[in-house]
Amino acid sequence: MHVPSMQSLDLEEATMGKEYSSVRITINNITLEVDHGSTVLDAAKQAGINIPTLCHLDLHDLDAINQSANCRVCLVENETRGNLVPSCAEIVQDGMRIQTDTKKAVQGRRTSMELLLSNHPKECLTCVKNLDCDLQELSNSMNIKDIPYQGEMMNHPVDDSSGAIIKDPNKCVMCRRCMTMCDEVQTVGVLSPLKRGFDVSVGTAFHLDLSETSCTYCGQCVSVCPTAALAEHPHVPNVWRRLNNPNRHTVVQIAPAVRVAIGEMFGYEAGEISTGKLIAALRRLGFDGVFDTKFGADLTIVEEANEFLERLNNDGPLPLLTSCCPAWVNFIEQKYPDLLDIPSSCKSPQSMVGSLSKTYYANTMGIDPQNIRMVAVMPCVAKKAEAARDELAYGEQRDVDYVITTRELGAMIKEAAIDFNNLPDDSFDDILGESTGASSIFGTTGGVVEATARTAYERVTGKTLENVEFETIRGMEGLRKASVTLNGRTINIGIAHELKNARKLLDSIRSGESDLDLIEIMACPGGCIGGGGQPFHHGDINVLNKRREALYTLDKNNVRRKSHENEQVKTLYQKFLGDIGGQKAHKLLHTSYSKKLRI
Amino acid sequence: MLESFEALKNWKSAIREQATYRLEILVCAGTSCLSSQADTLLEMFTHEIHEYSLDAEVVLTPTGCFGFCGQGPILKIEPDNVTYVQVGADDVKTIVDEHLNAGRIVEHLLYDPPGQKRSTSEAGMPFYQKQHRVALKKCGVIDPENIEHAIKHSAYEALGTVLHTMDSDDVIDIIKQSGLRGRGGGGFPTGLKWQFTSTTQADEKYVVCNADEGDPGAFMDRSIMEGDPHTILEAMTINGYAVGANQGFIYIRAEYELATQRLFKALSDARKHGLLGQNILGSGFDFDIEIKLGAGAFVCGEETALIHSMEGYRGEPTTKPPFPSDVGFRTLPTNVNNVETYANIPSIILEGQRWFQSIGTKNSKGTKVFALAGDVVNIGLVEVPMGITVREIVEDIGGGVDGDKKLKAVQIGGPSGGVITGDDLDLPIDYDSLQSAGAMMGSGGLIVMDDDTDMVEIAKFYLEFTEDESCGKCTPCRIGTKRIHEILHRLTDMEGTPEDLELLEALCNNVKNTSLCGLGQSAPNPVLSTMHHFKNEYEDYAYRRKKTSYSIDADKCIGCTRCKKVCPVDCISGSVKTVHVIDESACIACGACDDACPVDAIIRP
Repeated sequence: MHVPSMQSLDLEEATMGKEYSSVRITINNITLEVDHGSTVLDAAKQAGINIPTLCHLDLHDLDAINQSANCRVCLVENETRGNLVPSCAEIVQDGMRIQTDTKKAVQGRRTSMELLLSNHPKECLTCVKNLDCDLQELSNSMNIKDIPYQGEMMNHPVDDSSGAIIKDPNKCVMCRRCMTMCDEVQTVGVLSPLKRGFDVSVGTAFHLDLSETSCTYCGQCVSVCPTAALAEHPHVPNVWRRLNNPNRHTVVQIAPAVRVAIGEMFGYEAGEISTGKLIAALRRLGFDGVFDTKFGADLTIVEEANEFLERLNNDGPLPLLTSCCPAWVNFIEQKYPDLLDIPSSCKSPQSMVGSLSKTYYANTMGIDPQNIRMVAVMPCVAKKAEAARDELAYGEQRDVDYVITTRELGAMIKEAAIDFNNLPDDSFDDILGESTGASSIFGTTGGVVEATARTAYERVTGKTLENVEFETIRGMEGLRKASVTLNGRTINIGIAHELKNARKLLDSIRSGESDLDLIEIMACPGGCIGGGGQPFHHGDINVLNKRREALYTLDKNNVRRKSHENEQVKTLYQKFLGDIGGQKAHKLLHTSYSKKLRI
Repeated sequence: MLESFEALKNWKSAIREQATYRLEILVCAGTSCLSSQADTLLEMFTHEIHEYSLDAEVVLTPTGCFGFCGQGPILKIEPDNVTYVQVGADDVKTIVDEHLNAGRIVEHLLYDPPGQKRSTSEAGMPFYQKQHRVALKKCGVIDPENIEHAIKHSAYEALGTVLHTMDSDDVIDIIKQSGLRGRGGGGFPTGLKWQFTSTTQADEKYVVCNADEGDPGAFMDRSIMEGDPHTILEAMTINGYAVGANQGFIYIRAEYELATQRLFKALSDARKHGLLGQNILGSGFDFDIEIKLGAGAFVCGEETALIHSMEGYRGEPTTKPPFPSDVGFRTLPTNVNNVETYANIPSIILEGQRWFQSIGTKNSKGTKVFALAGDVVNIGLVEVPMGITVREIVEDIGGGVDGDKKLKAVQIGGPSGGVITGDDLDLPIDYDSLQSAGAMMGSGGLIVMDDDTDMVEIAKFYLEFTEDESCGKCTPCRIGTKRIHEILHRLTDMEGTPEDLELLEALCNNVKNTSLCGLGQSAPNPVLSTMHHFKNEYEDYAYRRKKTSYSIDADKCIGCTRCKKVCPVDCISGSVKTVHVIDESACIACGACDDACPVDAIIRP
């Protein structure tokens, strides 16, 4: 009787369809074991082999993966079959043999790039993405010095209708990263390919201007676009004009997320805290007053905690939704107009500082508010649209006149030839400039509600909060729940970042299922640190993590860590505003929302 | 409602035993003949039959495609087995008077080509002699809108056999053994494809009929659906049973109005008789079919693009793997088959796999339907056994090149295919032989080209199509097909350079290697194939900025001066009775001299 050998037994098991947890692949004659389900690109990384990619985007901690495999830049050769396969999407099969640099593969990849470049404007020198462009980087690394295919080029109209995002389809390489962010991460779904073949472009339904669609201006499309097809609407020229106008008193405020990211534009690692240098640079640029948006954040907490407690004690409406994220405000106005009694009526910190700069600051310093111009530096492109909202003005005076992104400010500093790295540290103005640790964490998911909790705790219990760090509120998961007990009452807190998670929260509120009392929503993955106006992360999630850690460090390093401890805020109420939540506070620091109908 | 296989067989017997008419007039009512007013013929016949009180004796049957489209409108009179061609409205009365009433054949309506014998029936027509109609078996025989006709000719008998005597694995075995390969162009072994979907575990599976037939000039699938829709429904049901699917879809291009209409009618009739729906023929097997219309995109003939179109997304392909047999419609296992592939299934079940294996070659079993067109005498729809040579199709079936011209090339496979020249005419029609000759079977387009054809213009024509139809998703197809087309334009606009040829070939190879789906991967084929066989024409455009000109064979020229007289650019020199010469640098290759020459002395190198 024939006894099967051990080897043939294994074969039998294999043919029975048993799944292995690891798979063997040979790339460029290097054999390695990789996890089952890995792509050829994953395996190549493991083996230290570099394969160029373009449309590929892998932020899987944020569930943002673009794997459309359509740019055809990452092609490698499958030795066994002799065909070219996209390494970003090809799943490793046991025994696969791949060669990344055969003539066929190299020429194939190169042709894809040459074709893309043949249909791309050659205005790198004046393009907003010059030196920060994925397409440029690839073309350079592939040493492309000649484009052999000349012919017709795309000619689509540019959409600059929104004042926040500019869409230039002529610079588009059709990578579809923007669609992945808009459809899958944000579930807003404003962008889609239109028409077909050479005439294809990424655009909106019926070719509507972005401002007529349900685009929330979250800017995540901008943050992942490999070229300048999607970019922020530039406001720097306006800011220069104001700075150079002797009749204008131009003041500036900086958001928390800006100071832990702008260093990246000057060679520092992500998460470098550059507050001192930033203030120094702003003064050298010519700003007459330098304020801290974090002051506004503390103020927001004081007002919002008050509003929350009022609702808590007067039977609703609950939950209270924090409202400093303008993209999320756009989202709720368009998609959940039936829930508009739920957001806090507080303005965003940006708008509060803006509004006070033209009233409190103007009064205190004896400056005619008509001459004051307020510039906000934000990690966000949606803030540009927020500043233009009808509701955020006081008569003829806008709360905020211009918003520039972290990137735009970095460019201004370079333009002014300021040696950022060697600037001595400077500090904010004595008015609208102080901040507590609580306001630092506004820039990360969970931060706003944690700051609210710190103040609410002390107001309700009358006791001092010893441990200010609410670990249960922190984290990077898209949808989180936590609870806090205030005087025996459990407060249920919901935290969401990315609009797809916001949608889930809002659906549960609408359906009545939700038992939440306090909700924080941030549209951007990770919160403002990952905003559409920040220095590009080029797909590296560590950049976001480091910025977040820096904000928590800023919180820890501050002696005062609760918003209501802010001395300048106390002075503001004493000398100018009066009661918390009082009439004047309402006039200057609160706003309203309305249903907006869009496609 | 047929509640058992027995009931079906009884119904068939009952139909067969019905009293037959004295005469049956079968009139082709396919789109081609209808566009030549076959509907008027049908109306007039109906009227005349009634006028002459022949209603009890003569039945009028509109049918599917007879195949000999170039001779349409066609009608056949049975049991006399007489075929009349190019029948006009004026001929109706004559036929009724002469043939129906007086029993005399109307001579002038018979097929009577110059230089050939006149024939009264298909048997006498060279066009039909080498054909073997399997997929088209019932086209031209039955009224496609009358289920009883189909039943009479054994429709649903294969289904009954499968449901009542076979396991799903048995069915897959038979199809595998038959050697049937996908007729949509891919040529993938059908049985194997069915097996993949069958073995994937899932709660729900689907089968899909790819009726998007996008190749310009192709009408094989259209004719099958117009002429014999029940065969498709039956085959899909058998497919569903074999792979474990209870729901089928027919994805048909919206431009095929008549086929769609006939399919809807067939679906309705099949459901009424319990041949679709729950507990088919009492077997316990449920299966139904839904029709989905395309929206005018060639790319939706690609199976993943087709699936996404059905799902309501943009009709764009996605990378394979995963294949539809694993992740298909609604991410569930899906088996997509072409119309003609399906049309073979019932015959294979009824006649057996051995029978199917006996037709064709070692690796290409069965028959293939071709749309024979171009510069050929006999134009139409032909079905031939695999293994027949291209020469037999062009010369014996097609009647050779039309007019006084010579054969230059035969284009096979539509915009994804290539050309073969006169040197390769004896190639057998077989998936592998055609592939090794640099051509491909494709879905069945076969276009004959005479020596007046400008091969660079042909390549440009195909690229105009593929560039327009590209979905735009991947870089090489979106931009590459455009650039290829631009180079071809430059060449034919007399603005080309020698570098353009190098660029063209390199770009074509790269687009072929790097495109995401079959459309881009095969779009360069017409260019590569014509560049290979007709390099001189490309070189004349690129190096000399002229079309490849004619020249005169000195051995044949008799100096009659006729060519010189008709040349529009005056580039022929020579006096009476001396050998004439064409100035090739001035020749515009219009072909006028070729038409005028009485001794065939004009040649195109």
